[in-house]
Amino acid sequence: MDIFVTLLINGLAEGALIFLMASGLSIILGLMGVVNFTHGTLFLWGGYIFVWIFTFTNSFILGVLGAIIIVFALGAFFEKFFVSRVYGNVPAQILITLGLQVIFTDLVRLFWGATPITVARPSYLAGTWTIGGVTIVQYRIFLIVVGLLIALGIHKLLSKTKIGMVIRAGVQRPDMVQALGINIKLYFTLVFAAGAALAGLGGALYAPLVGSISSTAGLHNQVLAFIVVVIGGMGSFIGSAAGSLFLGLMGAAVAWYAPSLAVVANVTLMALVLAFKPDGLFGLAVKK
Amino acid sequence: MNPLLKVEDLVSYIGLYTILQGVSVEINQGEAVALLGRNGAGKTTLLKTIMGLVDTRSGLIKLDGESLVGKPTYGIAKLGIGYVPEDYGVFDQLTVEENIKIAMWKEDKPTLEKRDYVLDLFPDLKMAYKRLAKTLSGGQRQMLSISRALVNENKIILIDEPSKGLAPVIIERLAQALKEISKTTTILLVEQNFALACAVAERYYMIDEGKTVDDGTIEELKQNTELQRKHLGVI
Repeated sequence: MDIFVTLLINGLAEGALIFLMASGLSIILGLMGVVNFTHGTLFLWGGYIFVWIFTFTNSFILGVLGAIIIVFALGAFFEKFFVSRVYGNVPAQILITLGLQVIFTDLVRLFWGATPITVARPSYLAGTWTIGGVTIVQYRIFLIVVGLLIALGIHKLLSKTKIGMVIRAGVQRPDMVQALGINIKLYFTLVFAAGAALAGLGGALYAPLVGSISSTAGLHNQVLAFIVVVIGGMGSFIGSAAGSLFLGLMGAAVAWYAPSLAVVANVTLMALVLAFKPDGLFGLAVKK
Repeated sequence: MNPLLKVEDLVSYIGLYTILQGVSVEINQGEAVALLGRNGAGKTTLLKTIMGLVDTRSGLIKLDGESLVGKPTYGIAKLGIGYVPEDYGVFDQLTVEENIKIAMWKEDKPTLEKRDYVLDLFPDLKMAYKRLAKTLSGGQRQMLSISRALVNENKIILIDEPSKGLAPVIIERLAQALKEISKTTTILLVEQNFALACAVAERYYMIDEGKTVDDGTIEELKQNTELQRKHLGVI
């Protein structure tokens, strides 16, 4: 029972982190049709900016806010000057975003060095609780709460506001959104930058979880996010949330019971979904 | 009098194929004009080119004297053109209410009155107001698409084959609604259904192989069986 609760909390916390990456990636893919390989780099930048600010100011909140704001700006920069030039051209998108990933990952190494930087959790989130013989790591509960709040916030934004309406409509028919007098390109920039900011937040929260940040963290988490998008269905927020949750829980269970199968399990799941439901479990019919 | 919408010697292409090869059309304020022709003549492409959804190679398109060529689609729509595509363009994952709301540029009194007007015009939509658009029938989707084009102060609405795939009884209701709309709104109607075109429009342009080949009043066309047979295949 103790193990079950621990695995549940670990899985939910891991799922929350993956969700921060995958939700932005999914909406960018669904709305804009952009295969975005910069997402891992944006996650990485979030992590390093957080560690940088946190080290200087000793303020966890300032570090997280700084990561969100700077990565939001970086996302807007990527979209405005690079991605917007290759809409509708998937091979060019892959090449340009992979290029940006390589450049900005190397810039991380240039600015902060290639060796991992250690970072501690803030004192008020560093402890544990023991309930009924089960040790619960406070930071993991914090991640679950943040993931839940972000999910609720995005859900509210998508379902209750005009911005959300435009995004949901744009995922299905971007041409028709334009024909109704709405400048969808503005929304493209906003969504890309917001997706980047979520990845940045993910990176910022990831570093204290594992206790360090290294330049390979982005790629690893990007792969997980892409698997979630395939499982959940591109453009589907619910799919991202469900896929992240499932991948997080499965990852925690596999890591405990069969650690050598950690990567195989994710990829096998993705292959099964692709084989039997290519649009993903919650995929929408998209007409471009 | 200057025409509200003027298209002159329009040439446009999709990919490597030139679809329009010199179309000229003029529509005056308050008119309902039908764009007729066989399948593949270029009628739909003309509407898409006016909306900026298909690139213009040469020629001019002016709305109220202002050139539309090179403008983005959203900018063209904002100048006062409502567009009803042949596949309705309804957002399935949004409710009827949201589909109408997303089309409203403002939520001021005149716009809300327009919304109430279209809901009175199409009571089906009022009853299905909170339902997802994907649950609507073909006729209801068409009504919703037309409603979206009407909720703003548009100068003209472009309607592409509204009768396509609909049952005769629905087409009849649609014809009545379009006739009602044409009393207050300028309409450019693409239609294969000759009876519907006759019920709504006063003038027509005949398009064939990407060119304007004839124009006149609907009454003249009704008398000209040879033209109907040649371009519409209705006789």
